[in-house]
Amino acid sequence: MSEQAQHDEHAHHIVSPVVYVIILFSLLVGTALTMWASYIDLGEWSPLPGLVIAWNPIVALAIACTKATLVVLFFMHVKYSTKLTKLTVGAGFFMFLTLVSMTLADYISRAWGSW
Amino acid sequence: MLDSRTIAQVAPETDHHEHPPYLRHHFESTEQQADAAGFAMWLFLLTEVMFFGGLFTAYLIYRNWYYPAFVAGSHQLSIPLGGFNTLLLITSSFTMAMGVWCAETRRKSGLVLCLILTFILGIGFLGVKTVEYREKLEKHHVPGFHFSLQSFTHPDTTNPATKNDLPLGDDMAQHVELYFSLYFLMTGMHAVHMIIGIAILGFMIFRARAGAYTSGHVTFVENFGLYWHFVDIIWIFLFPLLYLISRH
Repeated sequence: MSEQAQHDEHAHHIVSPVVYVIILFSLLVGTALTMWASYIDLGEWSPLPGLVIAWNPIVALAIACTKATLVVLFFMHVKYSTKLTKLTVGAGFFMFLTLVSMTLADYISRAWGSW
Repeated sequence: MLDSRTIAQVAPETDHHEHPPYLRHHFESTEQQADAAGFAMWLFLLTEVMFFGGLFTAYLIYRNWYYPAFVAGSHQLSIPLGGFNTLLLITSSFTMAMGVWCAETRRKSGLVLCLILTFILGIGFLGVKTVEYREKLEKHHVPGFHFSLQSFTHPDTTNPATKNDLPLGDDMAQHVELYFSLYFLMTGMHAVHMIIGIAILGFMIFRARAGAYTSGHVTFVENFGLYWHFVDIIWIFLFPLLYLISRH
């Protein structure tokens, strides 16, 4: 890494209030959207016999993940942080998703077909 | 070649170069110090992710097992109140982010104002939560505390949220108590984090008025901001999971 790049990584970036206002607005739109979507029956999808996936929770969680990503990247400054911070955050969420999906995979598949 | 003795002789000179009073001696620069503090804060937040993650996973598993009970339970929550609380919390995250900006750009009165607004919005959130908890108490929906199955075995047909609910059998209705256990655990732990945050905010308001955070040392405000935004993120997931996804 060149000295210049090293310097840039360590320079403290001050996020502009304009960015914060845009993110606030996006988060409020996301909240309105998820509340509106919750009243509509978005139907179901059955990829395998016996396994039914409802769209409503998926849409709600997708909106929530988008909102959380906006908060992490901009309010929490991760977009402007050092690579160490980015790696820490990324590794943490990856670990979390791994634990949750492996736990759920176990619960879903253990009594496959008998529900 | 430098041996340990020459280093010891050289060190006192290099140690006393000019630096801000808040720079600890084991750090090379204020940037390094701030990065280390931010890194440590994120490590703490990851332990919090794992802590809440366990609750979220338990909720997902039990919701799949006792789906009708969890649907009936979630119909007892008020989307307008939950939505209003989401609005309060997101706005408080915004005022906190603006507070960090004020600290970075050394605007003392702006910082104090932002911290006070964040404080008030946080109190407002807890106030709405109290209204919701009180309603659960009145309807006997608090687990282990005279829990009543009445609302689930005989759904209220005058309430638009529950008028299409099918009555649950006694065995399934009992599992609604599990929904409310998780509801109180998750929102309660979230509220505990809010209370801790509000207490720290109160302390910060006094410190900010004394000019503690507007002289270049913003680490405390910045890391508290991370904590506050994290609590916001937990609510961003709690709101759809508890209130919204079983509503249509």
